[in-house]
Amino acid sequence: MASLNQLKELTRVRLYGFWREPEAMFWVFLFPLVLAGVLGFAFRSGGVVPTTIGVVNGPQAAAMSEVLALDEHLEEERFETREEAYIKLRRGAVDALFESIDPPEISMDPTRPDSEMARMRVLRALALSAGAEDAPLEIDEVTEKGSRYVDFLFPGLLGMNLMGTGMWGVGFAIADIRRRKFLKRMLVTPMSRGYFFMSFILSRLVFLLFELLILTSFGAWVLGVPFRGDILSYLIVSFTGAILFAGMGLLVASRAKTIEGVSGIMNFVMMPMWLASGVFFSYERFPEFLHPAIKALPLTSLNDALRAVMIDGETVFQQGLEMGIMAAWTVVCFVIALKIFRWG
Amino acid sequence: MPGFRGWGQGDAMSTTMTDFEPGAGALGDPPADAAVSARGLVKRYGDLTAVDGIDFDVRRGTCLGVLGPNGAGKTTTIEMLEGIKRADDGEIVVLGMRWGKDDRAIQERIGVQLQETEFQDKLSVHETLRLFASFFENSAPLDEIIEIIGLEEKRTAFVKTLSGGQKQRLSIGCALLNNPDVLFLDEPTTGLDPQARRRVWDVVETFKAGGGSVLLTTHYMEEAERLADDLIIVDHGKVIARGSPASIIASLGAESVVQFSMVDAAVDAIEEAHLLALEGVNAVRVEGSSMVLSVTGTQGVISGLFALVDERGLDLEDLRTHRPTLEDVFVALTGKHLRDG
Ligand SMILES: Nc1ncnc2c1ncn2[C@@H]1O[C@H](COP(=O)(O)OP(=O)(O)OP(=O)(O)O)[C@@H](O)[C@H]1O
Ligand SMILES: [Mg+2]
Repeated sequence: MASLNQLKELTRVRLYGFWREPEAMFWVFLFPLVLAGVLGFAFRSGGVVPTTIGVVNGPQAAAMSEVLALDEHLEEERFETREEAYIKLRRGAVDALFESIDPPEISMDPTRPDSEMARMRVLRALALSAGAEDAPLEIDEVTEKGSRYVDFLFPGLLGMNLMGTGMWGVGFAIADIRRRKFLKRMLVTPMSRGYFFMSFILSRLVFLLFELLILTSFGAWVLGVPFRGDILSYLIVSFTGAILFAGMGLLVASRAKTIEGVSGIMNFVMMPMWLASGVFFSYERFPEFLHPAIKALPLTSLNDALRAVMIDGETVFQQGLEMGIMAAWTVVCFVIALKIFRWG
Repeated sequence: MPGFRGWGQGDAMSTTMTDFEPGAGALGDPPADAAVSARGLVKRYGDLTAVDGIDFDVRRGTCLGVLGPNGAGKTTTIEMLEGIKRADDGEIVVLGMRWGKDDRAIQERIGVQLQETEFQDKLSVHETLRLFASFFENSAPLDEIIEIIGLEEKRTAFVKTLSGGQKQRLSIGCALLNNPDVLFLDEPTTGLDPQARRRVWDVVETFKAGGGSVLLTTHYMEEAERLADDLIIVDHGKVIARGSPASIIASLGAESVVQFSMVDAAVDAIEEAHLLALEGVNAVRVEGSSMVLSVTGTQGVISGLFALVDERGLDLEDLRTHRPTLEDVFVALTGKHLRDG
């Protein structure tokens, strides 16, 4: 019977492998914080975005200015010539050109949302100047926490981080010790292979606790992301994700002989999930027929479950489908990985 | 390919070589005191037969050296013995046990140093040893091992800060952790400077003095001569000579080797036939710009050589004699140097 001391030593060595690599520390801890910080700041909900309307000097310019002044979100930019104004319009520096007031005419690009908004605002300003009341539409302004971009982004980044650290942490480490023939050296000892694999999972879980602690604190205190769900659900979903991606890392590295080989497969596997699994934007934007495939991706399940628990305050029991998909991936990855694992 | 007269296979002149049968290596049943024995080992990689029917025994408490150039099949052979590679054919017995049946039990009793293991850069010497010690049911106290391999001062140093020789000693330390009965060493001193090499030899000798058996591969003849009680010389996957280092050297039938070159003259300025005709010259070989003679009765040969040189009005340059070495045997058998590859 192999002693538990062995598992302890193997796990300890795995953890040292992380702690003592500054680069690994950066990618695991600092990078997601920086990313969340930068993206959260870039897409912060900082009031209404103004619309810029170009006006060319001429007999009607003063009248047009007056109309534009009626909407606080309309900004005017004066041009001497039409050519000049057109260049700015083409470059998107102005959202529309106010061509004339009688009859009212603007130039805009209907495929640009900003131009479309310019049209609406100009219409509204024209209506107001003609003495009309504001549109008979009751407006309830919502800028509640939880509906901001950063609230959407944060669970996605967390999921992406669990995927990255799980796959890199396990895949890279295995490729590295195989390349060094360290794996082969362990193979000629009576080391328990079960404990060898378990040490990767254990070290991932120990590490996960730190990842969660640091990222969650940053999310909650610096970005003000709400945490509505219960801790246990949050932990269970995260642990499941971490183990799943540890298994994927193991699978990716199960035969690769070089770090480069592992990197290649790793990126090939992760790239579609970065794009499609709803890290940076919702996968609802992809065509409908792709949704089932996207939802079957492991990262999609993890992100959906994390969002539901964190933002919507659901429990892990309401994430049956997601948890099921993750469990299936986990089993498949481990079974195949252990079967095809190359020791020599 | 250097020219040969009389050395090597099948030449009528090589009468002194007849008791020396290259490749006639098949052994009978393993002796009772064999710690490790191999019979008819074969390993193929596609079309290449890397190990082609190798037999040997490592007697308990002794060291068997496997000497051979690059690509001879040394690593392949030792890795089959270590249970890493499966032999395509042949039989292996390690401490009375067989791979495939008693793997765990064998692994508990053997110590292995692989040719190319790199330990983890950011583990210390002590941590590395502790990890490997945890794999065994019984292991020696780590401090004892650290003392044996002489790394007391590097106990807490990271592996990446160790010199080549220190890394190699750590590797041997890992092999000694479980107080093994047999130690497998694959080129333990390749790439080390002479002093580092001697320190490794000391560790191996200490192990042997404690009753351990060693299977060692090397392509350094000095190492084989110093450490091995028995030796097999391997080339192209076959045993081409076996015996104690002294008996293998003696089988060359030469008392010494005389080597010379001439000032401003081609190597063949003195014909090989004339050299062979000298009393006491057994064999002649061209090596670069030198002639190499295998001789008995050094003094007589040298005076004869002077006479030949004077006759032709030539000047001798760089005349040397040395006792025959394993290298000379190897060259005689294969026409290659051990380090040519
Ligand atoms: N995995 C492999 N696949 C194909 N050929 C191999 C493999 N391993 C070894 N060989 C070939 O088998 C032959 C013997 O190799 P081996 O490593 O046993 O030589 P060696 O005597 O240990 O050489 P060296 O002194 O360079 O370590 C070589 O020709 C080598 O190219
Ligand atoms: Mg080798």
